[in-house]
Amino acid sequence: MKKPGSTEKKIYTRKDRLLEVRNLSTHFLLDDGTVKAVDNISFDLRKGETLGVVGESGCGKSVTSLSIMNLVPDPPGKIVGGNIFYYLDKNNSPVDIAALKRYSAEMRSIRGDEIAMIFQEPMSSLNPVLTVGNQIIEPIKLHQDKNNKQARKQAVEMLNLVGIGSPTQRLSEYPHQLSGGLRQRVMIAMALSCNPNLLIADEPTTALDVTIEAQILELMQELQDEFKMSILFITHDLEVIGEMCERVMVMYTGTVVEKAEIEDIFYNNKHPYTRGLLKSIPKIGEHRRLTPIEGSVPELKNLPDGCNFEPRCPESMDICVNQEPPTFIISKNQKAKCWLYRNNDREEELS
Amino acid sequence: MNENIKILKVTGLKKYFPIKKGVFRKTVGYTKAVDDVSFFARGEETLGLVGESGCGKSTTGRCIIRLLDPTAGKIELEKNGDYIDIARIEKNKLKNLRKDIQIVFQDPNSSLNSRMTVRDIVADPLKAHKIGTHQQRTEKVKDLLERVGLNSSQMDRYPHEFSGGQRQRVGVARALALNPRFIICDEPVSALDVSVQAQVLNLFEDLQDEFGFTYLFIAHDLSVIEHISDRIMVMYLGKIVEVAPSNEIYMNPQHPYTEALLGSIPDGDPHSTKVRKTFSGDVPDPSDPPPGCNLHPRCPYSSDYCRKVEPELKELPDHKDHYVNCHSAEELNLEGYQKSQQV
Ligand SMILES: Nc1ncnc2c1ncn2[C@@H]1O[C@H](COP(=O)(O)OP(=O)(O)OP(=O)(O)O)[C@@H](O)[C@H]1O
Ligand SMILES: Nc1ncnc2c1ncn2[C@@H]1O[C@H](COP(=O)(O)OP(=O)(O)OP(=O)(O)O)[C@@H](O)[C@H]1O
Ligand SMILES: [Mg+2]
Ligand SMILES: [Mg+2]
Repeated sequence: MKKPGSTEKKIYTRKDRLLEVRNLSTHFLLDDGTVKAVDNISFDLRKGETLGVVGESGCGKSVTSLSIMNLVPDPPGKIVGGNIFYYLDKNNSPVDIAALKRYSAEMRSIRGDEIAMIFQEPMSSLNPVLTVGNQIIEPIKLHQDKNNKQARKQAVEMLNLVGIGSPTQRLSEYPHQLSGGLRQRVMIAMALSCNPNLLIADEPTTALDVTIEAQILELMQELQDEFKMSILFITHDLEVIGEMCERVMVMYTGTVVEKAEIEDIFYNNKHPYTRGLLKSIPKIGEHRRLTPIEGSVPELKNLPDGCNFEPRCPESMDICVNQEPPTFIISKNQKAKCWLYRNNDREEELS
Repeated sequence: MNENIKILKVTGLKKYFPIKKGVFRKTVGYTKAVDDVSFFARGEETLGLVGESGCGKSTTGRCIIRLLDPTAGKIELEKNGDYIDIARIEKNKLKNLRKDIQIVFQDPNSSLNSRMTVRDIVADPLKAHKIGTHQQRTEKVKDLLERVGLNSSQMDRYPHEFSGGQRQRVGVARALALNPRFIICDEPVSALDVSVQAQVLNLFEDLQDEFGFTYLFIAHDLSVIEHISDRIMVMYLGKIVEVAPSNEIYMNPQHPYTEALLGSIPDGDPHSTKVRKTFSGDVPDPSDPPPGCNLHPRCPYSSDYCRKVEPELKELPDHKDHYVNCHSAEELNLEGYQKSQQV
């Protein structure tokens, strides 16, 4: 399997911009308080790049991806601030997805032609009463202006591409007749059939067995080479991130605590939370006692005043208790939201 | 307890679930969830059980504690030098078994009664066995909660007021209440975040050091199982395909399925240039397993012989304690887990 870190580094320029998220906040306004599921996060994704999003359950990974798709359940959810700039192929000035109406023609066409998404649980996005064929062919007809025969031919090609044997037969089957691995492949085929520039993969292999996970990850890498798309790869599994991604952002309680290239996340990490995560994972062949992060993730309705990680942080200082840290620049490609780096420059608050 | 005593001996264990169809619920076939499995556990060891979803791990665990009645086979538990066959204990005498064997489940949310306080949850087994006075039970509950790293002042709260990791600790405290010797851990950390998973794994290790428990530790995460286990059993489609000490099985696997599992581990090292050796295809339906060796449709090394004749689990002649269920054991040059080569 090809490893992104081991191949030559790609060089990106301004022309490679695809997605720029700036100070995005998505909150859930509930009767008993506001859940700041995503709170003031910023990141970039470039053409052809795979960006990993990693963090523990409830830290805002899925809400980030739903925000980009403009599919946050509203009410109670709402994008309350910030921008999601998306650079369409055709022109140089981006659209701000955060400012589009959820069901506007423009947003629909972005969802159909530009951005596709695959989920952890394929059954939640496959329709159980429609055949696999129906679900792949209809969107192709809709978005690519093809007749039934052409769309069917493309559907068979897509199923072939994602490694599904006897594709013509599969077209007439229903999702429940397929194994978990096959369903995930069907979902990938559906997502790719519109030839998206951005694929959001939200825990695409978490529900799968390891041997099937390995097949799907390999498939995704091959397809990325072929389609030259960007991938936002969401997972809680750092080891999978290490295998799939060029850059990573680590999320904690709705915020991005560290952004860096994959090598730096593993070997030159700066945020105590990133370090804690890596030390918590058992490593094969190393029979040392694990050093867990103390405590557990706080409730999002009831966050500490200062740094959200402070109550669990082994390097906590006085300033951390009362003041939320800004994001400090470690190097051009590495940022950390931590007071330990208070002598560094701050990342600009607004672009 | 002597570490060399076999505290549990399982022989020829089978569990078939009938598949019923039609208005008359006629049995049309069987899911062979566990199909002729034999193994043993030594005192004070952690015996890992790993394999993909649906291979029969939980069913094996549930038969041992008799949450399920086995279809066939013996499950012998050592007691004061003698063995009693758990498979043959009558239903109304099962209660006593709980003093020896306990189970901790994967999902702390659904395995704890949400309408009971933590105090009542942990005291429940003591009450059921009429152990101690109310006051003594309260003392014991406090003690157990502190043991598993919870604050006993929180014992009058309900499960939903605790985090996932804390709820799992409550489940562990309940399992410890009757001082069992053998604990079945059915994916006890799979639902937990990694930072909390590490806390709970450490807890299991500490409790074993303190009380000398024997664990049957079920997991599907290959890093977790390697970390916690002394010996590991690999299961595939209702059968045990390989058993060996943990280091041995990772470095010197002798079954093609074990090799494929190890090859599937993402190594999480961006510097690594490891080329993965993975398996193609899906796990077959356990109601209709392939003939011969049930791995043959997916096995890259399979021969005509494998398609016809079923192999047996046998100890390797020159590797003590290493059991393999493959016709070609020791003939194939299989690859173990490779630590990534750093640049
Ligand atoms: N529809 C909703 N209503 C209320 N709160 C929500 C809703 N959806 C998400 N949240 C909250 O937003 C926070 C972030 O959730 P999100 O699903 O993004 O987490 P995640 O990082 O994807 O976690 P996981 O790893 O478990 O998938 C959580 O606290 C969650 O409870
Ligand atoms: N009560 C039951 N009735 C019918 N079939 C069952 C029952 N329990 C389990 N099975 C079947 O037996 C097989 C083995 O299931 P089991 O739960 O033991 O697998 P497992 O290895 O624990 O999987 P997982 O990793 O998903 O927990 C599966 O095919 C399952 O569908
Ligand atoms: Mg999620
Ligand atoms: Mg199970």
